[in-house]
This record gives sequence, structure tokens and C-alpha cells, in this order.
Amino acid sequence: MNIRLNGETRQFDGVQTLAELVAELGLDGRRLAIEHNGEIVPRGERESRRLADGDRVEIVHAIGGGTP
Amino acid sequence: MAETASAIADPDDVLIVAGRRYGSRLLVGTGKYRDLTQTGEAIAAAGAEIVTVAIRRTNIGQDPDEPNLLDVVDPARFTILPNTAGCFTAEDAVRTCRLARELLDGHNLVKLEVLGDPKTLYPDMPATLAAAETLVADGFEVMVYCNDDPIAARRLEEIGCVAVMPLAAPIGSGLGIQNKYNILSIVENAGVPVLVDAGVGTASDAAVAMELGCDGVLMNTAIAEAKNPVLMASAMRHAVIAGRQAYLAGRMPRRRHASASSPLTDLPF
Repeated sequence: MNIRLNGETRQFDGVQTLAELVAELGLDGRRLAIEHNGEIVPRGERESRRLADGDRVEIVHAIGGGTP
Repeated sequence: MAETASAIADPDDVLIVAGRRYGSRLLVGTGKYRDLTQTGEAIAAAGAEIVTVAIRRTNIGQDPDEPNLLDVVDPARFTILPNTAGCFTAEDAVRTCRLARELLDGHNLVKLEVLGDPKTLYPDMPATLAAAETLVADGFEVMVYCNDDPIAARRLEEIGCVAVMPLAAPIGSGLGIQNKYNILSIVENAGVPVLVDAGVGTASDAAVAMELGCDGVLMNTAIAEAKNPVLMASAMRHAVIAGRQAYLAGRMPRRRHASASSPLTDLPF
């Protein structure tokens, strides 16, 4: 299955849900926010959010910044 | 009996933003530092309690043990102020705030900025007003970066922003307060805290902002790009306190001519 992840198309096999994608990326336990096809998915709904071929996923975190 | 500075300072003179009380009136950004250790040391030296962060794409494939900003800036100790730096449209700014709210477990306080162009980084005020309306309606507490225009500041307050943050000079320019009279007008008209955001270059700039009656100052580059950022953070902390105390104390009137400090009578000659 191809996922458009943070602007890049990547292939994931055996990944069904958003929670599995996060685990596959080694990002479990990190403080993240995720958008799935433009919609923010609350942390508690990652397990139940199923992915389909061609979906867009954005994963963001906090970094240093003040004014640009 | 000599009074100490701490005895003179009024403990009730605190910054109140969105109902929360802060002893420090210096807010700092976390960009441009050498590393996270220096970031943490500068925040500590500044004595800041409100700390801005940016929201960006996670670098996929990064070292999972790489230190995270929120390890240094613990959300349990600091008020994290996600900002929309880098957003050039109202839509992107609103989206960034919503991602930040998810990231920070429902935290509603955000710093809104919608920029007009990459050269000046001047705020796009029509887009800023539109984004502020959307965010306030969506339950956010919005601290808003704006130009030094008293009318724009008033409109943002009317929309329901919890603080207005006019620029002193362009972001990262370090030019200091370019239009003191506009900042003064904004302060005089405002019913919400006014914080100078952007353009401070050195400690005296921060003191001037506070002497004008601003409620606080937010800065990043002035500290991070100093030769010794941690020492500059300490200087800024003192400058903000000094400026605040000078404002509260009320300065002497300006005179065109001299006024002797020593009596001019009973001279021994």
C-alpha cells in the first residue's frame, strides 16, 4: 500500500491502521500530532483509523521556533 | 532600614494572560540555538515561564533516541506557546493551531502569526484578522502577532484575542522599537495584555518596551544570536524587570534646562 507520508510517497506492507504506521516508523511513544487525509486524528483513534492505498498522512511534532 | 529590591517589588504585579498568572514578563522562543542544551540554559537564565515552539513535519527515519524539544521544555513546568511561524495563509495558521492542540493534549493557548512575505516577515493583517476570528470561534486563546497599528490591535482585541503582540521592528532584525508612539497608543487603548514581539536587539530595547507600559516582551533571535546567548538571556531578564519597575515608578519629567541636585545656597565661598 502506498501512503503519501509528509509529502513523500512511501510503500508500507502489512500496515492496516494509523497506530500500526506509527509503530512501523519507530515513533511509538513520541509526542506527535497526525492528520489523515487532511483531518486531525485524536491519539485515541489511531488504533481504529484504517488506512487505504493513496491516503495522505502528515505527522508533526514541536521543534524550536519563536518567530520564524 | 534598607529595603531589598524584592521587598520593594510588588508580588501582585504579575502578567495575566487568559486567566493564568505569570511572575515573568519575558517570553522566549526556542529557535536558532546551537543545541537543546543551550536552549534549556537560555530559557532558565531568562527566567521565562512562557516558551514558544514551532510545529513541523516529523523527520521520518530520524534516530528515535534523538532528544525532543519537549524533553527540555517540559509542558508540566512551562506554558508552551505553539506559534504559527512560517504560515502565509489564514488556513495554514488555523490548521497549525489545530495540530498543536492535538499535540499538546487540548492546550488552547496559541500564538497566531500570518506572514505577508518572506522578505519583511511583516504580518498580513487581513489574513491575521480572519484566522483570529476562526480560532476564537473554535475555542482557542489567541495571542496575536500584529503590526504596530493601534486600529489593528483594537480590532484583534474586539475579536477576542487574549493578548496583542505588535512588532517593534521586523522579525529577527534586532533594530529595536521603531515606533514608540504607536506602541504607546496600543498600550493606552488596550484592555488585554500588550507584548512587544519581534525586533528587539539588546537589553535596552526590552527595557524601553517595558517603560512604555507593555505587559511583556517576546524574543528569540536577540538571545539566540548573541555571542553568549545564556548571558544575554540573563541581561534580558534584568532589562524586563528594570523596565517594568521604571514604568511603575514613573519617570521624572523631561526638562530643557539643567536642574541642580545639590542646593545652590550656603556655599562656602
